[in-house]
Amino acid sequence: MKNSFSETIHSVRHLTSCAVAAVALAAGSTGLMAQERESVTIGYVISKSGPNAGGADMTVTPNYELWVQEVNAAGGLTLPDGSQLPIEVIAYDDRSSAEEVVRGIERLATQDEVDFILPPWGTGFNLAAAPLLARFGYPHLAGAAVTDKATEFVERWDTSFWFMGGSADYVSAFTDVLVAERDAGRINNSIAMVSVADGFGIDLVKAARPTFEEAGFEIVYDQSFPPETSDFATIIGEASNSEADTFVAFSYPPHTFALTKQSTVVGFNPPVYYLGVGAAFPIFPGVAGTNVEGVMSLGGIDPNNALNAAYRAQHEELIGRAPDYWGSVLIYASLQMLEQSIERVGLDRAAVAEELSTGTFSTVLGEETRLENNQLRAINWVGQWQNGEFVAVSPEGGNGLAAVQLPKPDWE
Amino acid sequence: MTMKTSHAFLLAAAVLALLAAAPLLIPDYWTGVLLGMTGYVTLATAWAMFSGPTRYVSLATVAFFGVGAYTVAVLNETLPYPLVLLCAGGIGMVMALIVGFSTLRLAGVYFVIFTFGLAELVRQTVSWWEVNITYTMGRYVFLPFEGRHIYWQLLALAAATFLISWGIGRSRIGLALKALGDDETVAAHAGVDVTRIKLLLFVISSTIITLVGAIQAPRWTYIEPSIVFNPTVSFMTLIMALLGGAMRLWGPLVGAIPLFLLFEWLSVSFPDHFSIILGLLFILIVFVMPEGVLAKIETLRKGSPK
Amino acid sequence: MLEHVVNGLVLGGTYALVAMGLTIQYGIARIMNLSFGDTIIAACFATYVLFSVFAINPILALLIVGPTGYVFNLLIYRFIMKPLVARAPDEGALEVDSILVTFGLLFVIQGVLLVMFGGGYTSYSFLNSPVSMLGTVVAGNRLVALVLSLTFGAVLVGVLYRTRWGMILRAVATAPQSAPLFGIDTNRAARTAFAVGGALAATGGGVVSMFQTFTATAGVVFTMKALIVVILGGKGSVPGAIVAGLLLGLVETFVAAYIDPGLTLAAVYTVFLVLLLVRPNGLFGKA
Repeated sequence: MKNSFSETIHSVRHLTSCAVAAVALAAGSTGLMAQERESVTIGYVISKSGPNAGGADMTVTPNYELWVQEVNAAGGLTLPDGSQLPIEVIAYDDRSSAEEVVRGIERLATQDEVDFILPPWGTGFNLAAAPLLARFGYPHLAGAAVTDKATEFVERWDTSFWFMGGSADYVSAFTDVLVAERDAGRINNSIAMVSVADGFGIDLVKAARPTFEEAGFEIVYDQSFPPETSDFATIIGEASNSEADTFVAFSYPPHTFALTKQSTVVGFNPPVYYLGVGAAFPIFPGVAGTNVEGVMSLGGIDPNNALNAAYRAQHEELIGRAPDYWGSVLIYASLQMLEQSIERVGLDRAAVAEELSTGTFSTVLGEETRLENNQLRAINWVGQWQNGEFVAVSPEGGNGLAAVQLPKPDWE
Repeated sequence: MTMKTSHAFLLAAAVLALLAAAPLLIPDYWTGVLLGMTGYVTLATAWAMFSGPTRYVSLATVAFFGVGAYTVAVLNETLPYPLVLLCAGGIGMVMALIVGFSTLRLAGVYFVIFTFGLAELVRQTVSWWEVNITYTMGRYVFLPFEGRHIYWQLLALAAATFLISWGIGRSRIGLALKALGDDETVAAHAGVDVTRIKLLLFVISSTIITLVGAIQAPRWTYIEPSIVFNPTVSFMTLIMALLGGAMRLWGPLVGAIPLFLLFEWLSVSFPDHFSIILGLLFILIVFVMPEGVLAKIETLRKGSPK
Repeated sequence: MLEHVVNGLVLGGTYALVAMGLTIQYGIARIMNLSFGDTIIAACFATYVLFSVFAINPILALLIVGPTGYVFNLLIYRFIMKPLVARAPDEGALEVDSILVTFGLLFVIQGVLLVMFGGGYTSYSFLNSPVSMLGTVVAGNRLVALVLSLTFGAVLVGVLYRTRWGMILRAVATAPQSAPLFGIDTNRAARTAFAVGGALAATGGGVVSMFQTFTATAGVVFTMKALIVVILGGKGSVPGAIVAGLLLGLVETFVAAYIDPGLTLAAVYTVFLVLLLVRPNGLFGKA
């Protein structure tokens, strides 16, 4: 019964689309004869306004714009037969509302019938988009989304690809640094930790608690604060009183900036000072208005990587400002992978998804970038400000990573 | 039932059937538009059910809407879906009773601001609870619903809302309400139990709003407080109901449909200048259609004492 | 303990500074201005541009931003509010109209800022230097906010209660219908009050930009905070706004220190809602 019902639906739909097609044919028979396409349409829904606009405007939108400009300046996307087609963009504003994301994706897929859809900003919105993109058969290059459940998601939505890793990855890499410092006798066993009470902060803090404790650390101050918080005098005061040598804040840009300013004012300067989103923004040193040398956060780049340096220069030239040192390069790499997949297999979305999943690509991250189980793993997990740049670090350095330099010097 | 009413019912049933069949015939995007529109029509009608006759302008819409969505997020893996909806409705009802008891003696702008504060308080409390008690921020709703399934549920709820609203208008309560709207003191003297009626309306209206949130939740897959307690929902509902006229049965519908389509058209056509155009339109509406907006809001205003 | 009092007062100073303009606009000019916070954000951006592009000291920039806010709000009153005031049959009507129209204005200001500056985070550092106050180190820029709010508050109270002009404004606030009978030009008084409120908002924005990160769409946060302070203090009451602002700062700081930083805002709303139930007209409002 259920089957016959859905069959009926299906045939009714089919009939309608046939009818629509017939009308369209009758209306514009001349235009439709020309089968050759003149462009590749790429659509996206992004937060241009509302609370999420700040994040999207730093990490995602500029990279979409940069990539499209570059591709079109070079004549367009190359197809397997060597021909080139320019990219045409359809961009909507989701106004930081999940419902708008969902409807925007539906519109792009079924109304505008774009060839590819680029994802929105943020973990929540990427998850709102994921089921739809999977259903409509679009590869989902989830860029600005930190999640520990990526392994689960790639099974649920097999054309989804996750480019930013999970909280556990970031935390365990940072814990390695902490363990090395403690074993060298440079820091004590206590950690003061604060987090913003939303998806990002809580995901990280949940990963951090067991990881820190397993490594033998004691979390002596552990609080979360509402995202609207603007004053951190009390929090910094309490963290300072806790006498921990390590301060960790899983924060968003406004908090990251405010925490830094408050720490400078009261001279709170623990040997290890780790902040959340915003510390890897190029504007961070200017905003903090102080010496940010030694401040740690998520992400980081290899300053000796020529590809990355070229990307940063290009971003500054075309967009007018530098990209951040964490997510931007990952998003851009995902677009390069999409571009190369199209060059190899054409515009067939299933084939592109397959290629993304199995292929090897030359991106800003390296000559041989590939996904493991549909996830990018070649990510720099811990970074530190060293000599005016936010570089990727590890306890000992090497392999494109610098050696971490601790204790953090004084704020000036 | 008179001839006229039965005709109206037949017509309404026909329209409803047509609307229910629509998703089978139109592309998914338009189903999404219908879905969003039905959601707001229901919200605005439910809002007006309480705020129209009592003249209490409530900004607590999103508090109930969000609680509904959150209930689904919390319970969707442990209970069968119909029970989840029932729970959501029940929680909304209890919350409305508590809020109603404590606040309905506030009047005018104080009620407006109280309800806004309430929405924020609920959001902050849910956040704190999730962070410190359950250690989960961000919940997943993996229910096998596509847009049209959600749309059908909303459509059913919208129809029920109209029926309730129509029923109230015709009942003894409806008459009492008219008296109450004209002059609360007189109504009280005439033996109308003002507080009980206000409370009753608030509870019905809030329960429906809670259900709208619950039904829409599966659409977003991922739920966190900043997503479901988005204050825009309260403002949109209020503006739509006011534009159409909160005192009439069809008023909110008349306001919600054109406004919703307008927002949709603006965000598609002018994604970069949406805010500016929207703002100018708002100012224009207040100036150019003072009769249209005013005449309808007029009744709403009289009651707010200073 | 003392450190929390100091921190609370410094934080509260910001709230008071931001809310004073709104209490005047709402209490005296009788305009419920939902775009108030966006005026603040616009001033933040203006101060930022003056500082980063023209290298003008943000404190001096206040002397430009404040008067600009005055003129801007004067024009808004003249062209948008006055016709509404003129046609409103009663106060309730004006309230709904002003809510609707300033709701539109909010979007316009926000949209213009978005087009000009994008949606990104903006922040800079100025006067972020330690100042010791009763043994507690506080940020210089936040202290400026506290000092300015107390100064403005004192000046405003002086003007309102000691001058003829202040008496006119108070007359308009308490009895807008009968004030004209005494030869008071209510339109002019309301216009001036609205513009003064705008100037205060702009000045507050200039100060806030020194320590707070802002985005084009963050205005509503300020509007809501200011609204809470205004209602708590009693609408139209400048001393009320200052006391309520400081009170909120203290509540937030003490909850963060002794209970849980995660509950600061929940506590603020609880205090607000409870007070609203107990004293609907605010701390300093007339019953």
